[in-house]
Amino acid sequence: MCTTCGCEDHVHEHEHDHSHARRVSVEEDILAKNNRYAADNRRRLSARGIFALNLVSSPGAGKTTLLVKTVEALAGRLPVAVIEGDQQTSLDAERIRAAGAPAIQINTGKGCHLDAHGVGHALEDLAPPKGALLMIENVGNLVCPADFDLGEAHKVVILSVTEGEDKPLKYPNMFRAADLMIVHKTDLLPHVSFDVDKCIAYARRANPAIEVLRVSSTSGEGMSEWLGWLARGVAEARA
Amino acid sequence: MHEMALAESVLGIVEDAAHRERATRVRAVRLEIGRLANVEIEAMHFCFDAVTRGSVAEAARLEIDEAPGAGWCMRCAASVPIGSAVDACPRCGGYEVTVTGGTQMVVKELELE
Repeated sequence: MCTTCGCEDHVHEHEHDHSHARRVSVEEDILAKNNRYAADNRRRLSARGIFALNLVSSPGAGKTTLLVKTVEALAGRLPVAVIEGDQQTSLDAERIRAAGAPAIQINTGKGCHLDAHGVGHALEDLAPPKGALLMIENVGNLVCPADFDLGEAHKVVILSVTEGEDKPLKYPNMFRAADLMIVHKTDLLPHVSFDVDKCIAYARRANPAIEVLRVSSTSGEGMSEWLGWLARGVAEARA
Repeated sequence: MHEMALAESVLGIVEDAAHRERATRVRAVRLEIGRLANVEIEAMHFCFDAVTRGSVAEAARLEIDEAPGAGWCMRCAASVPIGSAVDACPRCGGYEVTVTGGTQMVVKELELE
């Protein structure tokens, strides 16, 4: 109920003489706070020459398996650290540690994405060495993580061939936000009706500049190209 | 729900501004949301009402201005209107269109007392 005139309608569609009401301009980005934390993370990462990636996908696209294989392949060649995001459990961080890399799990609870503030704290605890590769596995979700910058160098979107090839059309903002798309589980292509060329064409509708790699963590197809892509990024971050 | 996180961010901005302006109540919040942003307007209204309960912005009116989507077509070398990030260029039908506008999510102004 309106305290000024006693009307029942709390939506003031009509004009009152509320002399004490005033309009103030704000002009602030809704994501400004997250973006400030992300900028701070980016500064800290850059100062230590760390190459950071934000891995995004639907649940079940094989992000953790790809990470495990990557950690194993880089063992003894390159320091790797991992931040794992999931709503619940520390199962993924345990898998990464078992593969030989330090890992920290962030549980977002009801949250559907990692944010830059949480990643900043994880970064303090993890303290990756200078010149390391930092891989941040986001919550499996193709919507929200597109908006939340974590301070990474690139978002990498992983799409497995057991999903629909039209995912880039359904979730264009994520494919627009990513710099690299990994078409994953390519060893299963003989068994599914996934059209890789069509998928790439759809992804390029959302993002004409997106790079694409075809990878199978099971057969090893495309792993050397992926490791080469990572090595180039690490070299640039250290320079 | 994604809009819940965004509504919480909006409330944070609104509370800071209300505090700065020594306001006792927020009557209205005006947002500008681009049509290519990841935001369902209906869901945003629902979440805004939920997160503002018990705050200085309780029962505030949420006004949302929608901003059109825009892209740059490389083939036409021209700015074109688009409805989604995967739309074809309305002039040439090609897909070499880079999004240039319509992704913003901004708190524009508040009505305070």
